[in-house]
Amino acid sequence: MSGAAAAEQLIEVDGVEKVFSVRRKAGRLRRVRHEVRAVDGITFQVPRGEMVGYIGPNGAGKSTTIKMLTGILVPSGGRLRVAGIDPARERTRLARRIGVVFGQRTTLWWDLPLKDSYELVRRMYRVPDAVYRANLDRCIELLDLGPLLSVPVRQLSLGQRMRGDIAAALLHDPEVLYLDEPTIGLDVISKAKVRAFLREVNAERGTTVLLTTHDLTDIEQLCRRVMVIDHGHLVYDGGLDGLRAAGDGERTLVVDLERELPPIEGVPGARTVKVEGPRQWLAFPAAQSAAPLVAAVAERYPLVDLSVREPDIEDVIATLYAGGRVPEGRAAADPA
Amino acid sequence: MASDGPADGVGGGRGAAMAQGLRAYGLIVGMWVRSTLAYRASFVMMAFGNFAATALDFVAIMLMFSQIDALGGFSLPEVAFLYGTSGVSLGLADLLLGSMDRLGRRVRDGTLDTLLLRPAPVFAQVAADRFALRRLGRITQSLLVLGWSLTRLDVDWTVGRMLMVPLMAVCGTAIFGAVFTAGAAFQFWAQDAAEVQNSFTYGGNAMLQYPPTVFAKDLVRGVTFLVPLAFVNWLPALRLLGRPDPLGLPGWADFLGPVVAALMCAGAAVAWRFGLRAYRSTGS
Ligand SMILES: Nc1ncnc2c1ncn2[C@@H]1O[C@H](COP(=O)(O)OP(=O)(O)OP(=O)(O)O)[C@@H](O)[C@H]1O
Ligand SMILES: [Mg+2]
Repeated sequence: MSGAAAAEQLIEVDGVEKVFSVRRKAGRLRRVRHEVRAVDGITFQVPRGEMVGYIGPNGAGKSTTIKMLTGILVPSGGRLRVAGIDPARERTRLARRIGVVFGQRTTLWWDLPLKDSYELVRRMYRVPDAVYRANLDRCIELLDLGPLLSVPVRQLSLGQRMRGDIAAALLHDPEVLYLDEPTIGLDVISKAKVRAFLREVNAERGTTVLLTTHDLTDIEQLCRRVMVIDHGHLVYDGGLDGLRAAGDGERTLVVDLERELPPIEGVPGARTVKVEGPRQWLAFPAAQSAAPLVAAVAERYPLVDLSVREPDIEDVIATLYAGGRVPEGRAAADPA
Repeated sequence: MASDGPADGVGGGRGAAMAQGLRAYGLIVGMWVRSTLAYRASFVMMAFGNFAATALDFVAIMLMFSQIDALGGFSLPEVAFLYGTSGVSLGLADLLLGSMDRLGRRVRDGTLDTLLLRPAPVFAQVAADRFALRRLGRITQSLLVLGWSLTRLDVDWTVGRMLMVPLMAVCGTAIFGAVFTAGAAFQFWAQDAAEVQNSFTYGGNAMLQYPPTVFAKDLVRGVTFLVPLAFVNWLPALRLLGRPDPLGLPGWADFLGPVVAALMCAGAAVAWRFGLRAYRSTGS
């Protein structure tokens, strides 16, 4: 089933499942076996060079998906290819072509200084000297690693360690970078630094990035495409804007009038939701254009200033998680 | 059989996997050795501590011989020979693979994941992890005892007999190494299996230091047929020292060491492969 089009897809996931069989205590001695369908038949492709956000509530199956994509776990069903390689069957061959960062745990050697870990990575991955130097220098500069190089990993703070881990994952010029919660526990400045770095890596190197996070700002700032997984099912795959429109999300038109007036009425498609002195808030469907609204208001009211607020992406996603429903017309199988 | 974990193959055949594994093992060991030697004073103390702790065993044996002339019919140089051959074998296996008893913790907390991300067989990485150079202490001490016994033994040293001593050490190392590996493999299912494995390795060594004649027949049978540690040194040493075999096995059994070692290594490799396939990471 390969062809010119398929070759463009660096990650191919086709009906992939992962079922864990777990035993749980039931009563004093009895143990019952039951199945956890962590990933329940998901399908998506990621073309080379794309940066995709992979989000979902706790326990949705994000980490499990990434573990299958790296070869740590063997899928219970379905077909999976990364750079044309079946991860579980040729784990070590794939390892040279991917970089992985688990925010929850380090891939570095705990007791060794950062630079020793990097040196070992260099030799293990057989990174040519010039490439290694260039990559390391860039990471040191952009991630501020200079002062940390001789510190044993176990002495690094969480944010420092995360930056160290991200650098380690990129020294061998991977084609794909998987990031499982790379900004977890980072302060505002570290987050900004990591995001800027990832954006650069993706833009300059064309590195394909798959990123899971619970911080939607990561997605808003980095990814044009987002996939939402819930209970092992892909419930959305498309652009961030589409996700906004997909929720019950409404946009808000905030208008400042010359003076205090009764609530604005008679603007088709909008309703006034709040009045505070001369300022009024009008809600309207996210999919609708704001221009006719503005014109309608300006025609009949003394308008001083206005602004349009996008629906809060957090709210959209919260409703999506809670309902677990597929947004209309944006089924998972149809990426934008 | 449905498996959760991956195979440890590298997709280039067994030879490629072996080469890749050895290379990774060498790299990781080299790194630990360098980082150990960076604190030379501390390393010397640790190695000496390891030496002294094992030396105490032998002091106990010497004290015993100040009261008696023979133990189970064996003279002091003969017991020293058993002590030395077993100690060298265990010491080498312990040096090369002894860190594998930490695997259980890695399985339980899921940190084995990180090893699966690297372009090298997991076995090599687990075996090389925290390579403890201080274990040279035990090897040195056992070699000294062995060397001393060789100068005192009443053996007619033909070339064949001389070659038997290093061969015993190699086979013994392989046998103990197989036990370490199998023990590690069981930790994929039972994370506390390290204790059981320790009783076979360190416990077995403590037994092999003494002549088989001082133990109950059933125990000797156990370490011959069940967990064939007797092939590390007892059986070949009985032949070398011209002693009768307490179990009355046929003479050729004394030379089965290499066969037993090869079979045990093959069995351990299978156990390892199954163990790794059962690995299923953790939920967080
Ligand atoms: N090794 C495992 N053994 C048994 N069950 C597991 C295992 N790993 C994951 N699970 C289960 O699979 C489901 C998905 O877990 P996963 O770690 O993929 O979620 P996640 O989307 O990464 O969540 P989070 O946002 O909390 O990290 C959960 O119900 C979890 O309990
Ligand atoms: Mg997770």
